[in-house]
Amino acid sequence: MAFQTNSKIVKWIDRRLPIFSMMHHELYEYQVPKNLNWWYTFGSLAGIILMLQIITGVVLVMHYTPNTELAFDSVEKIMRDVNYGWLMRYMHANGASMFFIAVYIHIFRGLYYGSYKQPRELIWMIGLVILLLMMATAFMGYVLPWGQMSFWGATVITNLFSAFPVIGEALVTWLWGGFTVGNPTLNRFFSLHYLLPFVILGAVVVHLWALHTSGSNNPAGVEIKGKKDWIPFQPYYTAKDMLGFAVFALVFSIFIFYSPDFFGEPDNYIPANPLKTPPHIVPEWYFLPFYAILRAVPDKLGGVLLMFGAILVLFVIPWLDTSKVRSARFRPVYKWWFWVLVFDCLVLGYVGSQPPEGALILIGRLATAYYFLHFLVIMPLVGWFEKPLPVPASIHDAVLADKKAKESADA
Amino acid sequence: MRKFFLTAALSLGVVTAAPAMASEGGHIKRLDWPQDGIFGTYDRASLQRGLQVYQQVCASCHGLKRVAFRTLTDLGFTMDQVKKIAAEYEFEDGPDEEGEMFTRPGAPYDYFPSPFPNEKAAAAANGGAVPPDLSLIVKARRGREDYVYSILTGYEEAPDGFTVPEGGHYNSAFPGNVIAMPPPLSEDAVEYADGTPATVEQMAKDVVNFLSWAAEPKMEERKRIGLRVVIFLVILIGLLYGIYRRVWARVDH
Ligand code: HEC
Ligand code: HEM
Repeated sequence: MAFQTNSKIVKWIDRRLPIFSMMHHELYEYQVPKNLNWWYTFGSLAGIILMLQIITGVVLVMHYTPNTELAFDSVEKIMRDVNYGWLMRYMHANGASMFFIAVYIHIFRGLYYGSYKQPRELIWMIGLVILLLMMATAFMGYVLPWGQMSFWGATVITNLFSAFPVIGEALVTWLWGGFTVGNPTLNRFFSLHYLLPFVILGAVVVHLWALHTSGSNNPAGVEIKGKKDWIPFQPYYTAKDMLGFAVFALVFSIFIFYSPDFFGEPDNYIPANPLKTPPHIVPEWYFLPFYAILRAVPDKLGGVLLMFGAILVLFVIPWLDTSKVRSARFRPVYKWWFWVLVFDCLVLGYVGSQPPEGALILIGRLATAYYFLHFLVIMPLVGWFEKPLPVPASIHDAVLADKKAKESADA
Repeated sequence: MRKFFLTAALSLGVVTAAPAMASEGGHIKRLDWPQDGIFGTYDRASLQRGLQVYQQVCASCHGLKRVAFRTLTDLGFTMDQVKKIAAEYEFEDGPDEEGEMFTRPGAPYDYFPSPFPNEKAAAAANGGAVPPDLSLIVKARRGREDYVYSILTGYEEAPDGFTVPEGGHYNSAFPGNVIAMPPPLSEDAVEYADGTPATVEQMAKDVVNFLSWAAEPKMEERKRIGLRVVIFLVILIGLLYGIYRRVWARVDH
């Protein structure tokens, strides 16, 4: 049903800029599989969090001063003197963690249901670009309050670039805008931290454009074939996503109001001091798996390359996965390897949070090796050898089969 | 749905477990603080005693530069009392009409002064160690209140075979067990106006409560608003769940 209206004004505008038609199309005509489960809410949730980050960030900038002499004090002023400044800052700092939780779940969801497979390769790859941009944004944001971890985290991570042969040293000096992390570094990080979220926003638009071209994948991993397979976004997924947002808001609020420093490091409440190195420097939790991969290699350059490789390898998995079947639901062997990967990433995160000593060094190396083996070896091999379960003929059939299984389980 | 409540419940568990994380190195005593927990608030009488300990003991070495006198009304003081407290300090101000600097008594808009003009002077007066500003100390240490309390009450005889270097003091809580700060508290170091016996433990508790407030003066407001937000969201979730069920009842799923 095409867009219709009686309002002259809406008609006038729509003829010149078909924004109402477009909204109508996306909400009522765009076909969404009817079997999307709760794991599918994390995408729109990430979008909401991006908006929250932008809004709280813009308010913070009204009071924040990007200067090494003043940055820490200005953040403390926000916490103490600006009306609800503490709320803005805690929302922004915890919002960054929530953003990564939502996006990591979103990515693993995609891995499980094979959402990266043909014809959704570009949706997946744009998603990875968003992840990279988020990492850059969060890393630079963490430098802004100019606490001890801000300074030393920035020093350690930017120093990694010195591992590149020949140009390394010059590259780091160029990044810093000087010979140490200092005021020019803080200023450029601030500038980019303000810019990149809007680049992310642009990437999200492209991500959704590609999504609405191929359509959503779904837990059954089969395409929409008939009328019984799909429902419009409104009111079904609006109602579902709203409920998801509200539950998220509750979890988020518990952190903001009752444990606002849960994800933070106490050291970042000490103003940056270039002469005093903290006992151990740890990045924010969302970087820990990558940090573990970095340290798994005894050679600095090797570590850096492997760390970037950990994300780059994800770009090619649409071609590494040889299975004809999308959803891991119908892949009895691969399903287990998926959970091994999840566990492996948690192990990497833990190893990254600890000083590299004793058995942890070995565990970190094994976990790193598994991470790459999973994508480079297990994925292609399992796809060949595995005998998948019969895939439902349609989404509607999958829904009916689920219903039956549930009823017999309840009885 | 069940998964979601599980996630929420799990994160609640994690949140309440967070303060239990210990500081590495020293021995940390665990206490119950009035500001702990969802409904925890500051103990006003203890904050006022803590201010007294800070002023009479710690202030000779440690600054509190992020705390303005005006905020002391949080401790239950009236504005007149706050003006009196501020007026006990002197501040350099100016320049005046003639271009001269002058000193004037402190006012509520002033901040607690720091005892040393700069870090070099602070280090020189303390055998090379700089006494940190205490405004954020509770948030800046793993273990928070427990840690600072354990430092203040952690001065002991060094165990046999442990040599304490010149200018150091054995402290069971400090990482490495040797701290440059001489034991700041001793029995009756202050005389409390409300008659509370000034034991070392009592003074340590009071000053830690005070420093906890100094680090997070908005804590009570935060929890108060939080409670309303949480109640609102629980009701909202109930309503949205009802809507969700009604809308999806039309779908064969
Ligand atoms: C005689 C000067 C002096 C007095 C008085 C004093 N301190 Fe200290 N304080 C120091 C010095 C010096 C250090 C640095 C210790 C070090 O780094 O070894 C310090 C460090 C500290 C630390 C930080 C320990 C750490 O983890 O780095 C705390 C907390 C502290 N003092 C609290 C207090 C409190 C509370 C009082 C008042 C009851 C007080 N101090 C009184 C000199 C003093
Ligand atoms: C992709 C979205 C964003 C992410 C992931 C992000 C992440 C972060 C992080 C991790 C911090 C450090 C928080 C702390 O420990 O205090 C931070 C600080 C900051 N961010 Fe963002 N941010 C985002 C968007 C924005 C935007 C759009 C703006 C401004 C328009 C902004 C402005 C600031 C400012 C001023 C600070 C310093 C104040 C502070 O430390 O609280 N941010 N950001």
